[in-house]
Parts: sequence; structure tokens; C-alpha cells
Amino acid sequence: MTSQTIGPRPSVLRRILPQLVILAVALALNVAVFPEFFQIDFRNGRLFGNLIDVLNRGAPVALLCIGMTLVIATKGIDLSVGAVMAIAGAVAASVVVDGHGWGTALLAALAAGGLCGLWNGLLVAVLRIQPIVATLVLMVAGRGIAQLVTEGKILTFDNPGLIHLGAGTVAGVPTPILIWLALGALVTFVVRKTALGMLIEAIGINERSSRLAGINSRVLLVCVYLVSGLCAALAGVIVAADIKGADANNAGLWLELDAILAVVIGGNSLLGGRFSIIASLIGALIIQSVNSVILLSGLPPEFNLVIKALLILGILVIQSPRIGNYIYLLKASGPQPEPDAPASSPTKEETAR
Amino acid sequence: MTDTLTPDAPVLHARGISKFFPGTIALDDVELRLMPGEVHALLGENGAGKSTLIKCLTGAYRRDAGTMLMDGQEIHPVSTADSQRLGIGTVYQEVNLLPNLTVAENLFLGRQPMRGGFIARRRMNEEARAVLAGYGLRIDPAEPLTAYSVAIQQVIAIARAVEMSGKVLILDEPTASLDHDEVQLLFDVIRQVKARGLAVVFITHFLDQVFAISDRATVLRNGRVVGECLLAEMTQRDVVTMMLGRQLEARTKARDVGPAGKTLVEIDDLGKRGMMAPFSLNIREGEVVGLAGLLGSGRTETANLIFGVEPADQGRIALRGQDISIKNPRDAVAHRFALCPEDRKIDGIVGDLSVRDNIILALQARQGWMRPIPRAKVEEIAQSYVRALDIRLASLDMPIRLLSGGNQQKALLARWLATNPAFLILDEPTRGIDVGAHAEIIALIEQLRADGMALLVASSELEELVAYSTRVVVLRDRQQVRELTGDQITPDNIINAIATEEVA
Repeated sequence: MTSQTIGPRPSVLRRILPQLVILAVALALNVAVFPEFFQIDFRNGRLFGNLIDVLNRGAPVALLCIGMTLVIATKGIDLSVGAVMAIAGAVAASVVVDGHGWGTALLAALAAGGLCGLWNGLLVAVLRIQPIVATLVLMVAGRGIAQLVTEGKILTFDNPGLIHLGAGTVAGVPTPILIWLALGALVTFVVRKTALGMLIEAIGINERSSRLAGINSRVLLVCVYLVSGLCAALAGVIVAADIKGADANNAGLWLELDAILAVVIGGNSLLGGRFSIIASLIGALIIQSVNSVILLSGLPPEFNLVIKALLILGILVIQSPRIGNYIYLLKASGPQPEPDAPASSPTKEETAR
Repeated sequence: MTDTLTPDAPVLHARGISKFFPGTIALDDVELRLMPGEVHALLGENGAGKSTLIKCLTGAYRRDAGTMLMDGQEIHPVSTADSQRLGIGTVYQEVNLLPNLTVAENLFLGRQPMRGGFIARRRMNEEARAVLAGYGLRIDPAEPLTAYSVAIQQVIAIARAVEMSGKVLILDEPTASLDHDEVQLLFDVIRQVKARGLAVVFITHFLDQVFAISDRATVLRNGRVVGECLLAEMTQRDVVTMMLGRQLEARTKARDVGPAGKTLVEIDDLGKRGMMAPFSLNIREGEVVGLAGLLGSGRTETANLIFGVEPADQGRIALRGQDISIKNPRDAVAHRFALCPEDRKIDGIVGDLSVRDNIILALQARQGWMRPIPRAKVEEIAQSYVRALDIRLASLDMPIRLLSGGNQQKALLARWLATNPAFLILDEPTRGIDVGAHAEIIALIEQLRADGMALLVASSELEELVAYSTRVVVLRDRQQVRELTGDQITPDNIINAIATEEVA
């Protein structure tokens, strides 16, 4: 017990294994209702197939959940991402309608998203408003702002560069897939190759201790909301480009909830702390696979939401700490001592282990 | 503890009460006897076991051993509601009433006078008025609770507890947020409760108040009863000695002060209104300055002001002769200050992060996120401190919350030593850790001093302070009252300085 063997770091694979298993099950369900699910064709210079659709349709939630993972790691939440998508889509559309190029439109949309994120970050980090309330402000007001930008109508456009972001392909692969893969890889790389990830986890677990250790928690908090705003802006541009128009009322509607769900399915605690962006991205794919099962099964659409809720309930039950403990106890044969002390203090067994 | 002290039979007699938490014995064979019609002070420093004892008595904790006799009958309260029914009422520092209800509703919540299935509001208000008049309060019971001051709310809480329970009244730091007049109001009420024949348990850190209102005291230290005494026969100094404890013969220590280093930190009139009176302090390299004083005397406040946890509103700090500005802990860390806080769990550890990450946290924060410490270097730092401080763990990857208290404390020391501090502030470095780790930490302080670091150590353990301090500053009521140097540093002198009544 007292030997000081200092073990290896836990591997990434072990962290994301539960999510991979659930994804495999979800994909298997797809195959069960539609045997040709994995079939991929190459036609007219573009990949086609149900699997490609899952990856492509999952892009908005995947993008949102990158920023949402960081926000939730700080013990926060960002309810405004759906509304920020609408704002960014409206801004991009109005810029190209005004005759500017798609690059300008993208930058303007990102700037709008960044501004929204900054606003959220300042409310949370400087004014110390609870994140759920602080971001609720923009969740409600955001669609109004988007409507002001589009002047109350669905703003359509035909700029090929902008449309390409949502509906085009690069080397046969739909652009949205490449965008979320690239952004996921970039953000993961940045937070894990710098000390950002560890510092974000630290303030999420114990902000007071972190501040006393000299961490600038205020700046970090503003940063994570900023990133979340930028991710939402990208998602908004993709959605607008896909339908060749900005719909202030419906773009990104309820997607903030899917993004939060993806983070939770990814095994990240809403109480903040340790996070995995990869696991969240797999969570986003799981949600999209569940959507796909419901579509492919041919059930009447009125069943969709109920079935989705049941499947997700099942996933969350499997991941609940209580079930986790139960499985752990089954694995560790032999009786465990019943901890009698307050839950915060570990038992002697744990301490020594 | 002779029976000649107790002519009456106790209304509540707790005997042999023990309570174990993982790794510590919170209460060890504790006895408490409460006589009808007396005010009984429960004394002891933080961590002595006062609140654990109260929680055992009120059923909030289940005791691991011992018996409780109420009027000679054995009782086993399983919850606070249960103990209330049995006759033990408790009033806490933060008033545990419902602010949005009226005074009368608070008094009668759960046992309102009813008529035909409805609350008989007028009758309830009349009864409430009568009850409160019994305590000298003439207030409108139909008003919401928040219309009245904290002191009045305390009295209402006491009235509720007395009406519901009626045998034992436990007051847990009731005066902590009251001013002088309000304390007198509360004392009048306590005297009335006492006259009704209740046993009142009074917990406070203010010794003057203990002597003003209490008849008898039980003193706890490290989970054991040091003694039970009639306060009329005691002086404040006796009580402080019992609370802090000391061996009569202080260890004769070979204090090798060594050559006095250069002055490192100069603190001039640093203070914050309402928190700490302005104080000045110079600390040289190779010096350990001890901060002594009872709980609430300003030890932690002093440390927090210097480190910028609470920004000071007056005074200055100079480092090696240069004025520096410390507005937050980040500034302090940048100037190579370090603070190991008193409350490890809240201010120290980042529980779910690995031991490794916890150790490098302060160093990484100082370097900034752009310059991550390379993995090999992290491993080297963590491993070397695990070895040097003998931190017992299964793996550097385990979350630090799973370590025992002593090992957590060592890991926090490692966090700060890794930043190679010039000035290290330790606030209660040995609280709640086992004897072995205790000795190691004291040896480490000695070692760091010999290596030329400047240290400021706040502690309630007098022998410990005497063992490592080259100077001791004594605090009382958030003011520096005395500085002891050289041979003056003895537990006796510290106690005298703490207990000396102020000549106002």
C-alpha cells in the first residue's frame, strides 16, 4: 500500500471508450433498420451515403459542442449558442446581399459571434452573474437582434462561395464535415498542448483555490465564452449556407440543448472540471445517429421526439454515477465497506489505494 | 471532575461520546453534563470537536460510542427533528428561520393553531405576541421576519427552540454578528431562559462573553475533554491555557538562529477597514515569524491581506526596498510570494485534478498558459517533491481529494515550493494532519529557514510556534498586541499576551 509506484497517465482511449461503445450501438441500430447504412458511393465528385449524412448533418451540433465543452468545464453553461447561430447567419447573409464577398461575410459573422461570446463572458466573469441567467439574456434577445439584421424576413442569397461552406465539397467530402473535424482538432490541440486545458479544469473544479494559486480566472472565463461564440458563429454560417438563406426565427432553434446533451453524453460533468472535446464530438455523432435511426426506421414522424428522448434517457442511465458504482462493485468482487462518513471525506480504503 | 461540583442531577448527561472520521478521531470519550438552570460554555479552538459534539447531541451525526441520558433516561436522537422532540433545541449563528414568513409563522411553523382545517391567524398572532413578550420583545408578529434585525431574529429563533423543546437550548455562536447592545439584549433573554430551568449550552470565541454569562464550562482540545470547571473560580488566562494546552516544560530547543539575513519584506500600516487594524511587520531572509492568537484574532486576515486575497485599503508593502502593489494573489505570486491557506479543501486543493497537476498549478499559472511546462519537466518536479516530502500516493494521476489530509498538505507545500518562493506564508500548516506528517512539516519549515527563505507562519499550536519561530507576533481582536523575540518566546509568554485584558 505504501509503495510509491507512479503509474502511467490514463489513456485517451480509456476515457472515450464508453462513448465509442454507445456510438457503435447506435450505428448498429441504423444498420438493423437499414442494412445499406454503411454503403458509400462516389457520384458527381461527391461522397454519398447515410454515414456521410450523419457526419454532415451533425456538423452544427458538433461545432457548438466544442465551445460548450470548454464552457461547461468551467462550471458554466451557454444557452445563447442557438440564438448566436441565428445572428451569425443573418450577418453573413446581409453582408453578401450587400454585394461583399464570402470571405468578408464569414469574418463579419465570426466577429458578431465573438462579440456575443465576449458579452456573455463579461456578464459571467466580471459581473459574476450566474452563467445560466447571463446567457439566457442573449438566448432571448439574440433572435430579436437577428430579426433586426434580416429586417424580419428570410434573407436569401446566391453567393456560391458562401453556399459552398454549407453545401459544397472539398475533394468529395462535404465542407461542414471538414470544418468541424478541423476545428475540433485545432481546439483540442491548443488546449492540450498548452496549459489552457488544465487551467480551465482547475477553475471549473475550485475557482477559489485556482485564484489563490495565481490563475487569472477572469480572463480564462471570458475566453471560453468567446470560443463558444465563435463556434456558434461558424455553425450559424453553415446552416445558413446550407439553406441559402438566413432564417432568424428557426436557425439553430433548440440546438443549444442538443449541444449541452452532446457534452453530457460525452461524459463531461455539468459541475465542471475534467473535460474531453473528443468525447463531446462523439456525443454529437451519437445524437445524430439516433436521429438517423428514427428517420430510417420509417416510423411516423410524430414518434421522433419521444423515441429520441427514450434513447437518450437510456444513454444517460447507463452513464449515471449510481449505475457506474454498481458496475464497479460487480467487477470488484468481495464486499465493500459501507462508507459511514460524510460523502466528502474518502474512506480509509480509498485514501490508501 | 468530581461530583461535589454537581449538587443537582444533570438534565442531559452525555458520557463516553466518541466519533470517528476516516483518519481522525473527532471525539474521544467526551463527557458533557448540563445542569438545569445553568449556562454552560463549550470552549475550544477550531477543530477541537465542539461542532462535532453538538452534531452528535442533536442527532445530525450518529455517535460511534457513548450514552446520552436525558433526565436519567437513555436517548438516541436520530435527527435534529428527533432531538427537538426529545427536548434539545438548537439556534445557529446564521438564523435558521424562514425570512419570507411572518414572525408568528416562524414561531409556530409546523404546529400552527388551527380552526376547521385553516390556520387561526389571529389566534396565532396573539399567542406569538404573548410568547415574545415573555422575552421582553414588543414587536408585531404579523410583520415579516426580515423587518427585524439579526438580534431580534436570534431571539425569535431562541423563543421557537424553547417553546418546541424546553429542556436544553444550544446556542452555536449566537453573538458572532451582533453589536454590543444586541449582545446585551440576547444575554437578557438567555438569563430568562436560564431562570425557566433550561440548560443552555453557549458556544462562542469571545471569552469576555463566556465570563459574562456562563456558570460552567467544558473545554475541549483535539477531541478530548481537557476539563470541566466553574467559571467563577477561573481567570481568562486559566481558560486560554486549557484551550491551547501546553506541556509545562517547554522543550528546550537548540535554536540556531544563524546570521540575520537582509530585510526581505517590509509591511507598513497595511490594513483593511472592518477586517484588520493596520499593522506593520518586517521579515528578513532566513527568519520564521510566527503569528499567534486565538481564533478570530486576525491570523488568517493578516496572511490574506499580505497575499492580496483581500486587497488592503491602506498601507504599503515593499520587497527588497522596492514598493510593490499586490491587488490579487496573481500579483503576489508574480513577486514570488506563496500562501498555503488555512482551509485546505476550500482554498487549497483542486480536488478532481491529479496530484501532479495540483503540484505544478501555481508554477504553471505564473508561467502563463502559453508556455506549458514540458511533460518530462512536470514529471520530474512532481516526482522529486513526492520523494522529498514523502507524499504517500498510489499514483500521481489520482485525484488529490483521495489523499489523506497530511498528504494533501504536503502536496500543497510542493505546489508552492515548486515556484521557488522568496516569501512563504503558511496558515495553520499542521491543522488536521496526523502526527508523523506534523513532525515532517515542522522539520521542513526549519529546513527552509536554514536555506534562507523568509517565512510567516500562523498557528494555534503554541509549542509548534515556539519550536520554529525566530520571532512571534501576538494578535488579539484583529490587532497586533505584542512581539516576542529570542528567549521571550515561550508558551507562557504567548498565553499571557493573548489573555492580557485590554486597558481601554
